[in-house]
Amino acid sequence: MIEMRFHGRGGQGAVTSAEILAQAAILEERYAQAFPSFGPERRGAPVVAFCRIDNKPIRMRTNINNPDIVIVLDPSLVHIVNVYAGLKESGTLIINTKNEPQHFKKDDIVKVATVNATKIALETLKLPITNTTMLGALVKVTGVVGVDALTAAVEQRFGKNAPVNLNALDRAFKETIILNGQ
Amino acid sequence: MAKQVGMEVSIAAAEAVKLANVDVIAAYPITPQTHIVEHLSELVADGELDAEFVPVESEHSAMSLAVGSQAAGARSFTCTSAQGLALMSEIVFIAASMRLPILMILANRSLSSPLSIWNDHSDVMSVRDCGWIQLFTENSQEVYDHVFIGYKVSENHNVLLPTIINMDGFILTHMFEPVYIEDESVVKQYLPDYVPKFSLHPDKPVTMGAFAMPTLFTEAKMAQNEALKASYPYIMEAWKQWGDLTGRYYNPIEELHTEDAETLLLTMGSFGETAGEAVKAMREQGKKVGLLKLRLWRPFPFEELRRAVSGASKLVVVDRAVSFGGPGGPAASEIRSALYDMDPRPQVHNTIAGLAGRDVTVNDFIQIVESAETKKTDDYEIYGVRG
Repeated sequence: MIEMRFHGRGGQGAVTSAEILAQAAILEERYAQAFPSFGPERRGAPVVAFCRIDNKPIRMRTNINNPDIVIVLDPSLVHIVNVYAGLKESGTLIINTKNEPQHFKKDDIVKVATVNATKIALETLKLPITNTTMLGALVKVTGVVGVDALTAAVEQRFGKNAPVNLNALDRAFKETIILNGQ
Repeated sequence: MAKQVGMEVSIAAAEAVKLANVDVIAAYPITPQTHIVEHLSELVADGELDAEFVPVESEHSAMSLAVGSQAAGARSFTCTSAQGLALMSEIVFIAASMRLPILMILANRSLSSPLSIWNDHSDVMSVRDCGWIQLFTENSQEVYDHVFIGYKVSENHNVLLPTIINMDGFILTHMFEPVYIEDESVVKQYLPDYVPKFSLHPDKPVTMGAFAMPTLFTEAKMAQNEALKASYPYIMEAWKQWGDLTGRYYNPIEELHTEDAETLLLTMGSFGETAGEAVKAMREQGKKVGLLKLRLWRPFPFEELRRAVSGASKLVVVDRAVSFGGPGGPAASEIRSALYDMDPRPQVHNTIAGLAGRDVTVNDFIQIVESAETKKTDDYEIYGVRG
């Protein structure tokens, strides 16, 4: 089972990211859960969302405290919340940032990937909403779901707005920089 | 063949209500049930569901409306949580006493105070004696299926009682996961159109919810109690028929690894899934631990429970509510009472956990079992209290 945590700000689509990713896994006839941090939602405030993916039915109704992968949708969050919290030693951190991956390497074991998702989103979607962009980075770095399934899930979710989102996703897939752990 | 699709459990619940072809929806928003009525309002507005969607002014009105519409012969639906249930409570009791087969989804949430929007079972336990059929579910599929099963049982002329489907707030309501969505033809085959036994109509006047003198009241309550007890075989029959159609069978108490178990854990609602993982982990360590998941809360499955616990020496009941100043948790209290005449009977230990959505992990369930195994007397504890 792979467990993921998405950090975003209310309105940026962290929950949508988690749901699209889960939908992609379900389309691959695998099993998935996506859920928000339970509670009130506020636009602009730091929020987290979670996703589990497995090849067998998931029978776990608990929080995710030790994710395999952390995805950060908003660069400013790194200074506000501990995005590394609970991340497994063998885990992967994927950040929307202008900076190089080395900048975020906490120790020798965490794999870091970076992408300037805000820039991509502004150029493709004309909005600083980075959810689909970051999914492109996630798939590039981890292959947690297939590109075909992710594309289908984005099309299901966004309908006529899918092409620009897929464009953003594709650009992130190409522009993500990966720094492998030791 | 039904297809497995990903959607939020609240959306799946609303889709089931649509397929059940309800006539009237009484809607009042309260977290965490809101997504269910929101989606129903969209379905009605988009013309996908031909129903009266009534945004009432309170939960008291929601249940009053459901009583009125059901009495007039309309298949009626409502849902609520916590304070909403508390406010509608007066009419909840009346709905059952008037034998109106309303279906309500209760997205379980803590009763205030302190104010909390998160999950526990204090809301449903406050209406334990309301006379409704009461069921617990642990995942999207169970919620979805029980919308049809609920109406099937409730509307049976041998039953005519309302049903509450309990689904844990947030833990289920806000979870996106796979669910098999049934074809309309399957649902139509299973759930026929609602045919009221009695309905309010000027051409054929009847009196419902009349005044009763002390000379009649006891008999009315006796009849109501007998009716709820007598619903049991029809619930079993409805589960069997649904299982035969879909391959998904349900039982009053679901059992996991109970064979040769010395210690049994008993849970209700979404606890069951995580507890199941804990039991599997303990089995792998060679511990003889099993799990009972109490699905049917009313009518209470006495015989099933006694049979299910008969080989065990210890029963650990995990409650998600407190009976203040009483014997611990409400479920354990009832279970102890149900087992009192058994000889031998398992020692019942009670743990109260997961109040207001506090996370209860696999390790927590293992600790709960291990802690109970060292206890020599029947007792209860509130798990994980800090400070």
